[in-house]
Amino acid sequence: MRNFSYAQATSRADAIALLQQPETMSIAGGTELLNWKRIGIVEPARVVDITGIPDMEGVEALPNGGVRIGALTKLNDVAQHALIRDAYPVFSQAILKAASAQIRNLATIGGNPLQRVRCAYFRAEEPTPCNKRVAGSGCSAVAGIHDKHAIFGWTEDCVAVHPADPPVALAALDAAYVIENAKGVRRVPVQDIHVMPSENPAWHNILGNGDLITAIEIGAAATTSAYLKIRERESFEYATVSAAVALDLDGDVIRRARIALGSVAMRPWRLNATEQQLVGQRIGSSEAVAAVDAGFVDARPLSSNAYKITIARNATLRAIELAARAA
Amino acid sequence: MSNLGEPVPRSDGKIKVNGSARFAADQSLPGQLHAVFVSSTIPAGRVANIDTGLALGLPGVVRVLVAGDLPPLHADFNETMVPPLATKSIPMQSDEILHEGQPIAIVLAETLEAAEAGARAVRATYAPAPYINPEAAAPDAVDPERGGYSYLDASEFLKGDPEAAMTSAAHVVQAEYAQPTRHANPMEPSAILASWSGDNLTVYDSVQHLPAVQANLAATFGLERAAVRVISPHTGGGFGVKGYVWPHELLAAMAARVMRRPVKLVLTRRDMYGMVGTQPRVTQEIRLGADSTGKLVSMTHVVSNVTGLTEDYIEFATVPSRSFYACDNISNLQLVRRGNMTLPTYMRSPAEGPGSWALGSAMDELARAVGMDPIDLRLASYAEVDPVSGDPWSSKKLREAYALGSERFGWRSRPAGGTLDGHWRIGCGMADCSQGVTRFGSTVRVLLKADGTARFESSLCDVGQGPATIFAQVVGEILGLSPDRVHAVTGDTNLPPAGPTYGSATTISTGTALHQAATAVRDRLARLCGWPVAEIAMRGGSIVRGTESRTIEAVLSEAGVSELSGDGALEIENYADAGLPGFPARSFGAIFVEVGVDPELGLLRLRRATGAYSVGRILNARTARSQMIGGIVWGWGQAAMEASHFEPSLGRWHAKDLANVVLPVNADIPPEIDIAFVDEFDPNAGPLGVRSVGTMAATGVAAAVANAVYDAIGIRVRELPITPDKLVQG
Repeated sequence: MRNFSYAQATSRADAIALLQQPETMSIAGGTELLNWKRIGIVEPARVVDITGIPDMEGVEALPNGGVRIGALTKLNDVAQHALIRDAYPVFSQAILKAASAQIRNLATIGGNPLQRVRCAYFRAEEPTPCNKRVAGSGCSAVAGIHDKHAIFGWTEDCVAVHPADPPVALAALDAAYVIENAKGVRRVPVQDIHVMPSENPAWHNILGNGDLITAIEIGAAATTSAYLKIRERESFEYATVSAAVALDLDGDVIRRARIALGSVAMRPWRLNATEQQLVGQRIGSSEAVAAVDAGFVDARPLSSNAYKITIARNATLRAIELAARAA
Repeated sequence: MSNLGEPVPRSDGKIKVNGSARFAADQSLPGQLHAVFVSSTIPAGRVANIDTGLALGLPGVVRVLVAGDLPPLHADFNETMVPPLATKSIPMQSDEILHEGQPIAIVLAETLEAAEAGARAVRATYAPAPYINPEAAAPDAVDPERGGYSYLDASEFLKGDPEAAMTSAAHVVQAEYAQPTRHANPMEPSAILASWSGDNLTVYDSVQHLPAVQANLAATFGLERAAVRVISPHTGGGFGVKGYVWPHELLAAMAARVMRRPVKLVLTRRDMYGMVGTQPRVTQEIRLGADSTGKLVSMTHVVSNVTGLTEDYIEFATVPSRSFYACDNISNLQLVRRGNMTLPTYMRSPAEGPGSWALGSAMDELARAVGMDPIDLRLASYAEVDPVSGDPWSSKKLREAYALGSERFGWRSRPAGGTLDGHWRIGCGMADCSQGVTRFGSTVRVLLKADGTARFESSLCDVGQGPATIFAQVVGEILGLSPDRVHAVTGDTNLPPAGPTYGSATTISTGTALHQAATAVRDRLARLCGWPVAEIAMRGGSIVRGTESRTIEAVLSEAGVSELSGDGALEIENYADAGLPGFPARSFGAIFVEVGVDPELGLLRLRRATGAYSVGRILNARTARSQMIGGIVWGWGQAAMEASHFEPSLGRWHAKDLANVVLPVNADIPPEIDIAFVDEFDPNAGPLGVRSVGTMAATGVAAAVANAVYDAIGIRVRELPITPDKLVQG
C-alpha cells in the first residue's frame, strides 16, 4: 500500500479546497476506500477526512414537506430516523437491507453511492482486463462470468451493475444529491450521479476534483412504498435484483407509480414505460401486469443472466403488491 | 446408563470468545521477518524474469527470495508419501508454473506492511504456455503412479453383474449430478512461524496433524524428526485444508533457513485459493435399478473429479453406492480430469459428502418412480452387513434413527409438497447421512497429580471441535474426577504423538489410547493402596473399595509419590484402518429438511431441519449437537450457495475472496435445527463405545434440500448450488 498524507477538513470550503489537489480522495466511513487500497484499485497521494465538517450530519424536515439528510449521516441513523421510517418506508427498508449492522453504523449516506462495482474482475487483486480498473483495457466479464451482471444499458465495454441499495429507493423517490464545489451548489437527480458505460465505461460517477456531496434532498412523503431485495442469502449480500416502488393510490387504483430497479444496470433503473402505463390501473389487474412487462422491452440479457429479467419483472410485481399493502 | 454424555461446556470456550487463545498467526518471535508471496498470474509456463529492484528499495524490505535462493529439497524428501504430504510439486524449486497463484518469490520484510508493499513492487515476466482447464478436460483413468491418493480407497469396484441386473429391473433411474469446486476458507487462514536454532527447527503452525508436518519438514532438510518441533495449541478451523502438509509450510521453513531469522507467514485469503487444497468439482453418473417392490437390484456409479497435473487426487464419491444399501450388483468407477489447478484435498465432507449428494438425489428419483416413501425405499434395501466385505457392522441403528428422525420431524404427516404459505411453496425432503469410521494410530499419557488433579498429554490438535473438553470427561470418568480437575496439554510434537484431527477420527483414535492410559493410572493407584483392581471404584476424587474410601491426595502423599503416569496407545497397522478387524465401522443417520421456495423470485430458504443419527455413544451432548448443527449449516451452504468458479479464459479462480463466494450467514439458519442421537454403545468399535460424529453431519444435506425443492415446485436440480437461476419460473 502506498503511503499517503492525511488531512482533516474543518469546513466544506476547506474540504473542497483540499479535494482539488491532484491524487486526492475523501474519506468518511472508510468502508470502501480501505478495500480499494488493500486490493490496489486506488493509490491516492492524499486522503482528506471529511468527518469533522460541521452541519453535514442529521435529518431535517424541509419547509416544502420533504427532508434533507446530511451526507455524513450514518446509514443506520438515517434508516431509523422517525422522519424517514414513517414517511419513506422504501428508503428505510433499502438501507436496512444493505450491508451488515456494523457497516451501516460506520458508512455514511453520502458515501454510499460512491461505492464501486462488485464485479469480481474489477476487484481482482491481480488486475484483469477491466475498463473500470484500467481505462481501455477491455471487459473480461462480457464474455466471461457475468451471471449477476447488467440486463439494462450495458455495452461491450462494461456490463457491471451498481450495487448500492439506498440509491435505488432514492431514485424511486426522485431524490437529489446536493453537490458543492468551488463554483457553487448544484442538485443532481440521484440516478444521474452514476455514469452509464455508453457515456464512459471507465467512470464510476460524475464527481470531479473538488466536488463534495453535502446532502440528499427528498420530496414529499411516500408512505405507500416498499423495497424488495432478492439475494441468495438472507443478509450481508448484494442484490441479485432489487425493486423500489412508491405508489399514489386511489383505493386500489394507481394514480401514480414510481419504480426503480437495483443491480440491473450501472445506475438505479427507472421503469418509465411501466410507470406511465400503470396510471389508472388496478393493483393486481392484468393491465398492471402488462404495464410491468412494458418496462422490460428494453431488457437485454447477457449469455448467462436471462434469469435476472424474469426475477426483476416478478420482483417489480411483488414490490407493487408490498407497497400497496403499506397503504 | 444413558449413552448420551453430560453436556459439559467447552473448557476452551472462554479463551476462544475473549480472544486470548493464541493461534499460529498470533505468535511472534524476536527478530522475525514477515513473509509475503508473489504469486504467478499465469496458469502455465515459465518464469522468464523477476525484477526485485523496486521492491528492495522500499523501506523495511530485507530480501526477495526467488527460486535459486532456496535450498534444494533433501534426498530424504524423495521418500515422503503423498499424502500426508499434499503434493510433491514444491514451488520455487524450478521456474516451472503449474497453476495460477503458485508462489514465484518470497518478500521478507521487517513489517507485514513493508512485505506487502514489496510484493506489489516485484515485477515478474513470464513465458506462458497453453494451459488445460481441468473442468473441460476429458475424464481419464486414475494413474496410481501420480501420488498415493489412489491407495486410500477403491477406484474401481464390481460386485455381481450390474448390467444384466439393470436390464431386468422393473424401475430404472439414470441421471448425472454435479457439484462445483468449493474452497473451505476457515476463519484462520493457514499460518506458520518458522525458527531455526542451529539445525533444530521449531514451527508454530495452523494444522490438523502435527506429526505429519514434523516428518515432512524433517525430510525436506534431511533432519531427524526429533530436530523438528511443531507447536499448534489451537487451529482456527481447518475443514480438511490444513489436514495434509502444503508447500507454503516448507517454503517458510526454507526462507527462515536462508535468512537465519524467524519467518512468519500468514496466507492471505487470495493465497488460500492458490496454495492449499479445495474440494474439487465432481460430476457423477448414477443408474439405479429396483424390482417391483422397490428393492435395489443394480447400482452403477461413475465419478470424475478435477485435479492438478502432478498428482491424481481422487474424490471417492463412489463410496456411498457400495456402503449405504444392500444390493447384489454394484459397479463403481473413479476418474480424474487433470488441468492447471491447485491440487484438491479432502475437504468437509470428503467422499460421502459429494457421493451422498448424488446418491441421495437418485434414491429420491427412484422413490418417485416406484411410488414409495423414500424411507420405505431405503428400508427395502437396508444393509444389515457391509456390502463390500459382507462382514457385520460394528453396530448400526439406522432403523432407529429413521424412526426417531421421522417422528421428531413429523415426516409421515408432512404437508403435501407445494403447500402454500403466502408466496412460499413448502417442500420436504430427506436423505441418508453416513461416514465411514477411520482410526489412526495415537498415543497419549495421563498423569495423576498429588493434588488430586489429572493431566493428559498428547500432540493432538483442536480445530475447534472440543477434544480437550470431552477427553477431560473420559479421564474424569475413569479416575473419579470432575472434568474441571482434568487438564489438557496438547498441540506440541514434544508430547506423545497423536493421530490427525480429520475424518472425525480424534475421539475414537486418541480417545481409545486415552482410555487405556487413564485405566493404567487407575490400576496403579489401586496397587498403591494394595487393593485388587477388580474391587475398586473411583468417585469424587477418592478411590473406593466397599465401605473404605481414600482420597487420591492421601494415597499419593502416603506413598511419597508426586504423580502417577500411564501411557496409552492405539496401534494401527498401515497408518489407518476402518475399525476393529472384522467389524467395519460406519456412522449412520438421516437428515430431514423443510424448505420454502418462491419460484417467482427464485428464492430458496431453509425453514427447519431434523437430523437423527446412529453414531455410537455420545461423550458430550453439547459439543456433539454443536458439531451436527455446524455440519448442517455447512451442508446448507453446499446446497444453496457455495461455488468457486474456474475462470476459463484466465485459467484461475474467479473470485479469490469471500465477497463473490457466498456462504450462509446467521440469518439463513432457522432456530429449528433439531438434533437427536439414538441411544447406542458400540462395543465393537472400541472401549469408549463411540464411532464418529462431526464430518457426517454435512453429508446428505444437499440431497435432502434438492429433494425438498422437487417436492415444493417439481423442479429436479442436479447441479449444485441450487441458486435462483435454477428455480425461477415465469
